[in-house]
Amino acid sequence: MAGAMSQRRKVGFSLARHSTGVIASVLFLAPIVWTVLSTFKPAQEARQPPLPPWPTTGFSIENYETLNSFGDGLWVSAQNSIYVSVMTVLLSVLVSVLAGYGFSRFRFPFRDFFFILILSTIMIPFQSILTPIFLVLTKLGLHNTLTGLVCVYVTLQLPFSIFMMRNAFDAVPREIEEAARMDGANNVTMLVKVMLPLVWPGVVTIALFAFLGAWNEFLAALVLMTDQSKFTLPVMMTALQSGRFGAIDWGAVQAGVTVMMVPCLILFLALQRFYIRGLMAGAVK
Amino acid sequence: MTSIAATSMPARTRTRVGRRQWIGLLYVLPAVALVTVFFVIPLGMTAWMSLHNWPLMGEHAFIGLDNYFAILRDTRFWNALKFTLYYTVIVTIAIFAVAFPLAIFIEKPRPLTNLYRTAFFMPAVVGFASASLLWSWLLNVDSGLFSPAAYHLGLTAKKVNLLATFQPAFWSIIAMVVWKVAGFTMIILMTGLQSIPQDLQEAAVIDGAGPFARFRAITLPLMRRTLALALILSVAGSILAFDQFYIILRGGPRNQTLTAVYWIFNQSFVSFKLGYGAALSMVLLVILVALSLIQLWLLRKPEGLD
Repeated sequence: MAGAMSQRRKVGFSLARHSTGVIASVLFLAPIVWTVLSTFKPAQEARQPPLPPWPTTGFSIENYETLNSFGDGLWVSAQNSIYVSVMTVLLSVLVSVLAGYGFSRFRFPFRDFFFILILSTIMIPFQSILTPIFLVLTKLGLHNTLTGLVCVYVTLQLPFSIFMMRNAFDAVPREIEEAARMDGANNVTMLVKVMLPLVWPGVVTIALFAFLGAWNEFLAALVLMTDQSKFTLPVMMTALQSGRFGAIDWGAVQAGVTVMMVPCLILFLALQRFYIRGLMAGAVK
Repeated sequence: MTSIAATSMPARTRTRVGRRQWIGLLYVLPAVALVTVFFVIPLGMTAWMSLHNWPLMGEHAFIGLDNYFAILRDTRFWNALKFTLYYTVIVTIAIFAVAFPLAIFIEKPRPLTNLYRTAFFMPAVVGFASASLLWSWLLNVDSGLFSPAAYHLGLTAKKVNLLATFQPAFWSIIAMVVWKVAGFTMIILMTGLQSIPQDLQEAAVIDGAGPFARFRAITLPLMRRTLALALILSVAGSILAFDQFYIILRGGPRNQTLTAVYWIFNQSFVSFKLGYGAALSMVLLVILVALSLIQLWLLRKPEGLD
């Protein structure tokens, strides 16, 4: 009798828990799903309120096709975004792996000073130094170039990624290095052949954060990229949404937003455990 | 660790090793160079420029603290700052009100928990710009979702433009930010919850403590550092808010939702008063650094513990 009671309570609890979970999940996912479904409406239908969200007058990719007709076209901005994000990933991984190794394995003058200098930049909001960054880029001849934007993005990633990599290298036992040195490996071979495979999870984590950071950044790109052919996706789509290219085509805006969201969602779903790891490392430190 | 290795070596090899240690400088050089050129120098320049009248074109002139005196009289900046702080308080409370229950909900590994956690977290990986563009559509009076849906359901007599007046516009932004950020805060809080030893909770249950008493006496105190971290991340992020107000509201209606960063952006890159913008930036910077110092103090390791 008591067993049946507790059994029933268990089922009730489980039911309440799952209905809460499903309702909350729907609330969080609905805006994303609603947008993605709406992009497949014909342009005419996309102008109407999205009720229901799925296409009712036939499936169409018209909204994606028209994206290319605004300004220099969405494809140019997408290429810019891809270039900036991939370069940011490659450079910030390269610089942080080198620096993480250096900070972890060598004792040199000003080591602690440099480490604290790099980490403390996280306290200063980059929004407050954008004007001088603009002037520095002009001085370096990098004004209004994607390379300049990459430099800024890499610098913004450094405190987090160097901290991550230093910790990753610290966790590798020194015996492994000593054994490799006995076998005649020099510093560079050691780093690439012996150490890198051991800190690989950390590399994936910082690469993921660098990509998401660069792909989604808005303010610096808005300020530093003045030429339309250099716009990244967020800047381009905001120009489109503000009616800079005539009447606002909401179907096209939704298609653009989908193009911006999907890579982030796919990367996150594929590399979720690395993302959570990064968050934890940041939270636990 | 390194020091032990170095001192235990014989004197002759120590000099060789000492020289090898210098190579470390080469490894960290690219990072130090980048941070110097794109952070330290701009930081110094901000301070320097704030003492100048610095137009985009033409000569700049040293004017001492005049920009700072101008800030004192700049009521629009103080209004922007006031609005930013108001927004920060409201949005932080709203984020915690949603994220804390979610964190408790997903804390223990039960069937499907991972699936729910992923679902709640999805909006957090979408960028603020994408999220703002998405919601600017949902909130649009003609082609959007909320107004037409409310009208079709008979909740409103006609389509209401949510972005035309302050209150609905402000709360729409709050809803959007909570949707986007709650999953992130949830994960941070979850790590704090999971670090609380299970036997402590069980002992309290045996002592007859109810769920609320346990939450107050065990969960909250033991989560101090995590709570502080989540709080500071939310506060710092909100003080620097720009994307959503620029993209969805353009600072409107009637310039009532201009944030501090938005005002600096307008002064620096729309009016091209670079010196004045730099002085405003210094004010913002001081606020953020003060916050960071409070953070370091709150996150200090409790004495006697680990």
